[in-house]
Amino acid sequence: MTVWRMTRRCAALILGVALLCGGPAFAQRTDLAIGVRLEPPHLDPTAAAAAVIGEITYANLFEGLTRIDREGRVIPGLAESWEVSDDGKVYTFRLRQGVFFHDGSTFDARDAVFTLERAIAPDSINPQKALLEPIEAVEAVDAHTLSVRLKRPTAQLPFILGLPALVIVGHETAETNRAMPNGTGPFRFSRWHMGDRVDLVRNDRYWGEKPALSRVTFRVIGDPSAAYAALMAGNIDAYTNFPAPEHLPQFEADPRFKVVVGRTEGKTVLAQNNARKPLDDIRVRRAIAHAIDRKLLIDGALYGYGDPIGSHFAPQNAGYVDLTGRYPYDPEAARALLREAGAEGLRLKLALPPPSYARRSGEIIAERLRDVGIQVDIVPMEWAQWLTDVFRDKNYDLSIVSHVEPNDLDIYARDDYYFNYDSPEYKALYAELAAEQDEEKRLVLLKSLQQKLTDDAVNGFLFLLPKLGVWDARLQGFWENAPIPANDLTGVRWER
Amino acid sequence: MIRAFAAGVASLLATLLVASVVIFAAMQVLPGDPAQVMLGVNARPDTLAALREQLGLDQPLAVRYWTWVSGLLTGNPGVSHTYAVPVSDLIAARLGVSLPLAALALALAVAIGLPLGMWAAARRGRAVDRGVLIVAQLGIAVPNFWLAMLLVLLFAVTLRWLPPGGFPGWDAGAGPALLALVLPAVALALPQSAILAQVMRQSLVDVLAQDFVRTARAKGLTRGQALRRHALRNAFIPILSVLGLQFPFLLAGTIIIENVFFLPGIGRLVFQAVNQRDLIVVQSVVMLLVAIVAVVNLLVGLAYAAVDPRVRRAA
Repeated sequence: MTVWRMTRRCAALILGVALLCGGPAFAQRTDLAIGVRLEPPHLDPTAAAAAVIGEITYANLFEGLTRIDREGRVIPGLAESWEVSDDGKVYTFRLRQGVFFHDGSTFDARDAVFTLERAIAPDSINPQKALLEPIEAVEAVDAHTLSVRLKRPTAQLPFILGLPALVIVGHETAETNRAMPNGTGPFRFSRWHMGDRVDLVRNDRYWGEKPALSRVTFRVIGDPSAAYAALMAGNIDAYTNFPAPEHLPQFEADPRFKVVVGRTEGKTVLAQNNARKPLDDIRVRRAIAHAIDRKLLIDGALYGYGDPIGSHFAPQNAGYVDLTGRYPYDPEAARALLREAGAEGLRLKLALPPPSYARRSGEIIAERLRDVGIQVDIVPMEWAQWLTDVFRDKNYDLSIVSHVEPNDLDIYARDDYYFNYDSPEYKALYAELAAEQDEEKRLVLLKSLQQKLTDDAVNGFLFLLPKLGVWDARLQGFWENAPIPANDLTGVRWER
Repeated sequence: MIRAFAAGVASLLATLLVASVVIFAAMQVLPGDPAQVMLGVNARPDTLAALREQLGLDQPLAVRYWTWVSGLLTGNPGVSHTYAVPVSDLIAARLGVSLPLAALALALAVAIGLPLGMWAAARRGRAVDRGVLIVAQLGIAVPNFWLAMLLVLLFAVTLRWLPPGGFPGWDAGAGPALLALVLPAVALALPQSAILAQVMRQSLVDVLAQDFVRTARAKGLTRGQALRRHALRNAFIPILSVLGLQFPFLLAGTIIIENVFFLPGIGRLVFQAVNQRDLIVVQSVVMLLVAIVAVVNLLVGLAYAAVDPRVRRAA
């Protein structure tokens, strides 16, 4: 090889390397590929409960009258402001003007009325229809004013209207949203490669501040090892709710990635069938509470990520009271309570749904319960079976599941809920809370409700499910916590 | 030959009819309610009932079975509960990934397994033979999903030569699409090629020991010539049965492999449909797989006849 040819090759090589390294500095990246765990059944959050629909569409494609922000607070969405009548029974929303759906049609009060009436209609399949039960009537006062009349005061209404299932849909396009979602959000739907990914592009007619990203791809990667490989290989830039805590140390050790451990609203409980013997005896339930070692659970099932809880309430929310000390881990106390209740030599079935937090926690809890003299038979099951056997038919003793809905203390006040908890005192307290408008008084009531659940040892309260976020270290603006299942990408950008 | 074909087709149809009844019945005893899965824990009973009516789940069993089977015959088995699109469209799109994947894997398995088996048989008892046998034993022992993970770590994460998974779609061009199928196909093919190599070697060794091969050698053919001209054709008969058995195995293997490589294929479709209780999709896909396996078996039977004159005459 001649010197000349060698020089030429070296020059080409150096130029190539320089282009590779220097490239990104000149062109700011505006695309993003983000991993999600489950395939969405369709893209209409008002017609199915699958959390992944919200994770893709909420605040990106669709917006509600109100909006839930990164801290779980209610902020204005398509309604600029609202006020409530003195008796707490009429809400008046002033709607934003100059808002367009992606198909070009204008948003006004008709769409809001249509959305809510569709959700409460007899043939509605809205997954949150139950929360709208207090609504008596919805009407458009004028093109930009909406009035919602209630059967009884419902202070939660602005929060409820911010949930993914209650986003505003266009009255002409509601039925085609499953495959062609048409919302008002900062991103437009581009294409859905079923089984693989969903593509969004920036909406240049967005009413608010335009997002920094121009293209977003949601890629469905369910297998934890595959998710790990996809991030490591640069196939995706972010996985905001990473499914496998065991992989996190590898990302933490790699400077290319940022690992952010936040909180979800996922209150993980050891659900107990309060109506079934011997769990109808409070001493037995308290014995089980004493046999729960939360530290061991969090270390063993979540590799140390996650916060202990002592009642059905997430620590980040206003009104939280720490009750984790109420039943310290104490096998001797548990055995004594069981003796007192005459419930020795118990044998209980523990139904476990598929998520790894449930399966791993189940093994640990079964071991601890055996230690205090309760034989536990573990029954693993699929979600579909769990929903019918445990949730609908209440044919179970114990189960482990995370309740991810925010502000869901109401489930303990429902008749016929799968815990079979039936306490007139709790129901009275909850009714008081639902009607109370004064924030100070609400906080006091919230504390009493938590206290009551813990006193009655309704369930074993285990831990709050963490939100394990992993993303490219150059990305900014993701939600640290997950107050609702969502990936609000409005504020996400690549660092300059 | 024609009679054999007619008998084969008749038994194929009978198989499919029985399979359709069994599959449909299995879906009915599967625990879980599709409406509850779709609407989750906050759904009220009247909402669930409304959805069940929309999905046609409130109809009598016989009506649902007949609607499904008659739909199958016209190529339109129904509408997916979860996706709300025709099942045939879903399946067609997914076959666009799974069939090329299975074909690629089969071709690779044959291209690797058969020559290795022949090589080992030709060098029987020597180092090459022992080497092939050990490698083949390893290949059979290694589960394909684990192999898949190793391949991803090496070729996607460390070397970055190939994507770790996903499928760009055929409209992105044949190049990127094929590239996305390389690792999954290798992961599927290697264990299969190990089986093929072993069978090929054993079969050839058996044939080479027979009298007609000795006669051929005695006429002055070299070992290689005798192998190519006389032994191979006879040794292929067991290979055909193994290939016939391997095809369904490959299809089943795609369910796992498509999950490891997050490919939008038929295996992942059926996996998700089972979890979401999208019964119409599950039963249609399973029916399709049964049909494919039955047709492959029929073809293998016919291929026997082509290779083995005894079968041809007996029929």
